[in-house]
Amino acid sequence: MCTGRIDPQFVMKAFESGADGVLILGCHPGDCHYKEGNYKALRRFHLLKRMLKQFGIEEERFRLDWVSASEAEKFVEVINDMVKKVKALGPIKKNPPVPFSEEKASGDIKVEAHG
Amino acid sequence: MKKRITIDPITRLEGHGKIEIFLDDSGNVEKTYFQVPELRGFEVFSIGRPAEEMPRITPKICGVCPTTHHICSTKALDDLFKVEPPPAAKKLRELMYSAFMLEDHTLHFFFLGGPDFVVGPSAPAAERNILGVISKVGLDIAGKVIKLRRECRDVITHFGGRVIHPVCGLPGGISKPLKEEDRLKIVAVAKNGVEFAQFALKIFEDVVLKNKDYVDLVTGDVYKHSTYYMGLVDKNNKVNFYDGDIRVVTPEGKEFARFRPADYLDHITERVEPWSYVKFPYLKNVGWKGFVDGIGSGVFRVAPLARLNAADGMATPLAQAEYERMYATLGGKPVHNTLAFHWARLIEALYAAERMLELAQDREITDTHVRNIPTAIPAEGIGVVEAPRGTLFHHYKTDKNGIITEANLIVATVNNAAAICMSIEKAAKSLIREGKVSDGLLNMVEMAFRAYDPCFACATHTLSGKTALFINIYDSNGNITDTIGSE
Amino acid sequence: MAKPKVAFYWCASCGGCEESIVDLAEDILKVVEAVEFVFWPVAMDFKVKDVEALLDGEIAVSFINGSIRTGEQEHMAKLLRRKSGLVVAYGACAHIGGIPGLANFFNHDSIFDYVYHKSPSVSNPGGVTPQLKTSVEQGELTLPEFYDTVYTLDQVIDVDYYLPGCAPPPDLIMKAVEAILSGNLPPKGTVLAPDKSLCDTCKRKTTKPDKAVIKEIRRVHEVLLDPERCFLDQGVICLGPATRDGCGERCINANMPCRGCFGPTSRVEDQGAKFLSALASIIDIDDEPEIEKIMNSIADPAGIFNFYSMPASMLRRKISV
Repeated sequence: MCTGRIDPQFVMKAFESGADGVLILGCHPGDCHYKEGNYKALRRFHLLKRMLKQFGIEEERFRLDWVSASEAEKFVEVINDMVKKVKALGPIKKNPPVPFSEEKASGDIKVEAHG
Repeated sequence: MKKRITIDPITRLEGHGKIEIFLDDSGNVEKTYFQVPELRGFEVFSIGRPAEEMPRITPKICGVCPTTHHICSTKALDDLFKVEPPPAAKKLRELMYSAFMLEDHTLHFFFLGGPDFVVGPSAPAAERNILGVISKVGLDIAGKVIKLRRECRDVITHFGGRVIHPVCGLPGGISKPLKEEDRLKIVAVAKNGVEFAQFALKIFEDVVLKNKDYVDLVTGDVYKHSTYYMGLVDKNNKVNFYDGDIRVVTPEGKEFARFRPADYLDHITERVEPWSYVKFPYLKNVGWKGFVDGIGSGVFRVAPLARLNAADGMATPLAQAEYERMYATLGGKPVHNTLAFHWARLIEALYAAERMLELAQDREITDTHVRNIPTAIPAEGIGVVEAPRGTLFHHYKTDKNGIITEANLIVATVNNAAAICMSIEKAAKSLIREGKVSDGLLNMVEMAFRAYDPCFACATHTLSGKTALFINIYDSNGNITDTIGSE
Repeated sequence: MAKPKVAFYWCASCGGCEESIVDLAEDILKVVEAVEFVFWPVAMDFKVKDVEALLDGEIAVSFINGSIRTGEQEHMAKLLRRKSGLVVAYGACAHIGGIPGLANFFNHDSIFDYVYHKSPSVSNPGGVTPQLKTSVEQGELTLPEFYDTVYTLDQVIDVDYYLPGCAPPPDLIMKAVEAILSGNLPPKGTVLAPDKSLCDTCKRKTTKPDKAVIKEIRRVHEVLLDPERCFLDQGVICLGPATRDGCGERCINANMPCRGCFGPTSRVEDQGAKFLSALASIIDIDDEPEIEKIMNSIADPAGIFNFYSMPASMLRRKISV
């Protein structure tokens, strides 16, 4: 899909679900099939990176890069590099466990132990 | 058998509080503790926030007096950015502020504190509320109070967009100017306000001052502490809610200190106790000697009576006349009687209304120049105002981009925290003897803290006619042996 | 027929929601006539034991305001849930966490460390810190536990409806109360306010940018604010596009931008992320270094975009402090 379609909520969902890193690969600027999509992604990326940093997620865990369909080598290189960097940082530290009882008072819904 | 009485929660105040009363073997009060079981951490979570957002963050400390935080924060930003607002902006802020003081003070008198006097502290609990007040002085009153409250709150809404958490304050000014047709409306509200405040004082005179029992209660020893007093004063040492220097007088009424808001740390220190989340401010240069009063103890008081004690008079004529009357009646300055806070509160309401009228009649107030854009690099700013419940301090430090790096807040009622503890204990000690707890105790202990108007006023409690406290009496095994309270 | 029983309780609250009830003025009488208050600590002296003595579900509806950040608040929320047929999360703090939710950038220790030790006005040579249990000469005093994290009401109990706003405006309150009393209720989980964005009814919407036009972001104190133009068009951050409608644009009318107190519409899970997206879409810069520059000029994106909704955001709190 076009990187312009990436809602910042997808990235946040990934981290919330336990991802230690998120990598977005898009078409080179100027090559977007939908013209503007990757520029939108680029703007969102920079702002989201700042916001995530405030949430305690280090800059290296979130990356946007440009790889075209014919650049197999670059694809491999970028992924390996990302994995190396995220491994060096280690897993994202979990939040303190929810201190109260796990059952909500009505019904049997468990409160998510937010990690 | 030793007993312990827990009052939890205290009601008819903003926030959460509980009182623990410990009796000795003879059933007399050995010690009381007033605990505040809540904390939200505003000073810390302000870190990292843009300074210009502080006037929108800090009002959330209190939804009853958000205007005080909003204006105090805005003044702290003026200092932070070293920017002087244009005259019209300063006047508009003070006008909005005066409307708020008037509304808040009169509300407290009619719905919270006043009923104790208008109806009587020993009247049946069911009558000690606005309904009792109405039956004593007439249905007309309730209508007048609601109307005044609404008019004042509409004035605040006009400037601030909304009355619960207004938003118009900016460093160097205010977000929009006042139009002439709106100014005229505000003049009418202010005139009504002056009349109403005088009317409230007349009620106080007729119902309280002409009643010997009440006068005895007010001047008696149960509700009396000889403390230092603090308040903001203008250059003539007259009470000012919006601006000025901070003045402190001794329990004998002599000036002890007079300092600029920027120097507050040289004068005020806070003490931490392990049994409460609230801290206890005291005068640094006197020192902490415990929960005691007297010239040797750094405990000080703030809010209406303290402000009048700390000043040399009121800046407006009608309020000044009332100020003189109060001191003449109560035997000179300073007055240490806690229940006189109610009287001083009405005098301040009158000043607020007169000041509101003065400002609304000032033609300069409709000038359209209401913002000066700051240009200096921010670093540190301190703002102080007099909230209805006491002196309010906002102190911010930022990086050069104006992002908060540190915030320190000393919030009005908190200055009275030690005094409230002392007043509650003194009342409890005087009234609970040999283990006998009566209904009268309920109200008398309430009266001890209610005089300080601890941060919350809610008009509608009165419709049900309920009292504010239940007291559980526990035996030494922790079982409840008795409950006192009425519905 | 017996009047429905109603409770009104505050958790980590400022009291503004209580004031919003008082601001109903004459309308409050209609409400008071129709219901029986059984618990309202700010105004009435019913005790916790009175609530405990009620049967489960005996309270028709409990309105709970304030977020949850102490053990006592959690306990009371759960107690009221058991005793109530319906629970309404009243106001921004109960709904999405509110401004005190910004404490989720910090934790218990960092807050206590400053408030009781590092604050410049504190003198605490003994290093005293408030304790859950304190032994005094006469006995033991207790304080409720202060959690690391601020929670919304629905993260602690099952919530039936939400009344948004800081504080909810009078007309929305009356509509909600009337709906509850008449039994004319929308599906469970509904937020009782219109389900479209604030921009939809805003007087300034004709100048709202619908494509990339902004070259610069300005903070509210850095520029004179045009009282007619859309704030975003002036380069000033306004959360209108990510915020639910229903407040009457009170802040906009005071010539200040929206900060999102109504929370997002039902189609959005994370208000902050939604706004980020909307803002990025209207910025007209394609050159990467320039993009970085303008994004770095935005002050405190995580705090401002989640001003009221930090605890309700997807990540809920700062990952490690």
